[in-house]
Amino acid sequence: MSTIVQTLTEFVADIVDDSRVAIPPDYSGVAMAATRALILRGARGLRLVAVPQAGFQADILIGAGCVASIETAGINLGEYGLAPRYTDAIQRGELRVIDATCPAVHAGLQAAEKGIPFMPLRGILGSDLLRVRPDWRVIDNPYGDHDPIVLIPAIRPDIALFHAACADRDGNVWVGVRRELMTMAHAAARSFVTVESVSDRNLLEDPALAAGTIPGLYIDRVCVAPGGMRPLPFGDDAGDAAALSTYARGAASPEGYAQWLAGWLA
Amino acid sequence: MARRLARMSAYTDEELMAVTMARLLADSQHVAVGALSPLPATAALLARARRPGLRVTILGSRHHNPFTDGGRELFDCAAQGRIDTFFLSGAQIDGQANINLVGTGDYAKPTKRFPGSFGSAYLYSLVKTVILFKPEHTPRVLVPRVEFVSAAGVSPPHEYRPGGPRHLVTGRALFDFAQGRFTLKSVHPGQTVEDIVRETGFDFDRGAVGATPPPSGDELALLRGVVRREVADTYPRFAAKAFGV
Repeated sequence: MSTIVQTLTEFVADIVDDSRVAIPPDYSGVAMAATRALILRGARGLRLVAVPQAGFQADILIGAGCVASIETAGINLGEYGLAPRYTDAIQRGELRVIDATCPAVHAGLQAAEKGIPFMPLRGILGSDLLRVRPDWRVIDNPYGDHDPIVLIPAIRPDIALFHAACADRDGNVWVGVRRELMTMAHAAARSFVTVESVSDRNLLEDPALAAGTIPGLYIDRVCVAPGGMRPLPFGDDAGDAAALSTYARGAASPEGYAQWLAGWLA
Repeated sequence: MARRLARMSAYTDEELMAVTMARLLADSQHVAVGALSPLPATAALLARARRPGLRVTILGSRHHNPFTDGGRELFDCAAQGRIDTFFLSGAQIDGQANINLVGTGDYAKPTKRFPGSFGSAYLYSLVKTVILFKPEHTPRVLVPRVEFVSAAGVSPPHEYRPGGPRHLVTGRALFDFAQGRFTLKSVHPGQTVEDIVRETGFDFDRGAVGATPPPSGDELALLRGVVRREVADTYPRFAAKAFGV
């Protein structure tokens, strides 16, 4: 049952410690305002699943000590360089990284949304990822002749967390062409979404919007947070390049990160 | 990369690499460019500026991304053979064209940790032609053996592998890759074969080694005009500094 909550504090209260949380890439609607609320709450032990790669949000959460592990195909700050808090946490042995490759994350979520235990996937053979991911199995294609193929187990996050343009009173959420958000919502046990606005009109009644709308049956929490993805870009908002650059420079050292975080939380 | 002002060249290192990569796209109908790939985006958009029928897909771009089924669609397309050419790089690349995007030293406690494999482990096998690119051409990055295989350059004969690496473009030279070996094809202006041997950490073959043609006036005009504007859509910081304008 979807519930529209009034404050980000209420919104993140049910993202309990140790939750397995799926998050989108930097260009696809990152719930940054909710991320700030998670840090203010003092979240710990989060097990992030990056769909399929991570950026600023994960680096910020890792720096704040909120994250126990991250499954990701990769992490960086895009044009702003490496993810410094991530790199630092790994080298200090404080973060468990579960290395993936982009299509394997998508395939694992697709298995979960179908309610099946795994998804076969081409490629990957010969990669050392198979060595560090013993949960990825290689079988002989039962329909082929001596044709090894990789199996990816279903990824079923506790929570999908993202930002979208619009919800309605029934908890339907419009994501448009960003359909990885829809896959995340299908695969996760519960979905928590911050939105720019809530429409009084049912989004599913407009055929132009319905195809890009996640039905409310998948959505558990909605909170209105205008600009809730800033400083990241989203839709027509180009993002705040100066703020992103300031983060990348500051987070290069633990002290610089602490100073940046204090300013962000203030 | 520093501009080649010392030699009074009329183009940047990025422009030379981009035109060298663009010239490898002559047989492609659909070129795709992954995350964090401003040089390949530049090359693909230059190729399309010269051949408007070429389909170019750039991840992260709003204007050059036709997909409507989420992040997975690029990968589904690749597995179906709908993408002819893709670009990959590596923090390390070895003589068997294995690439490492994960780290050095012990995996559990790496001496250096890189961002991760992204789509390489998959696309390297499935896209017909993969072009490797690496601006830095030193024994530090072109190594005898990578310390982690994000994606393997070659596969045993029975493994399903319709695609793989075909070329490597660096800041110094162009190599082809076939039968598990790199062959030096051409050296960039200002480089000698001896320079390439010294700066390459793996063994490679040499046939008739040519000189990489510098960017033509037409290529530079396109790069600094329409291509630079299109690249800025996805890579504004790169577009602001990589072009000789």
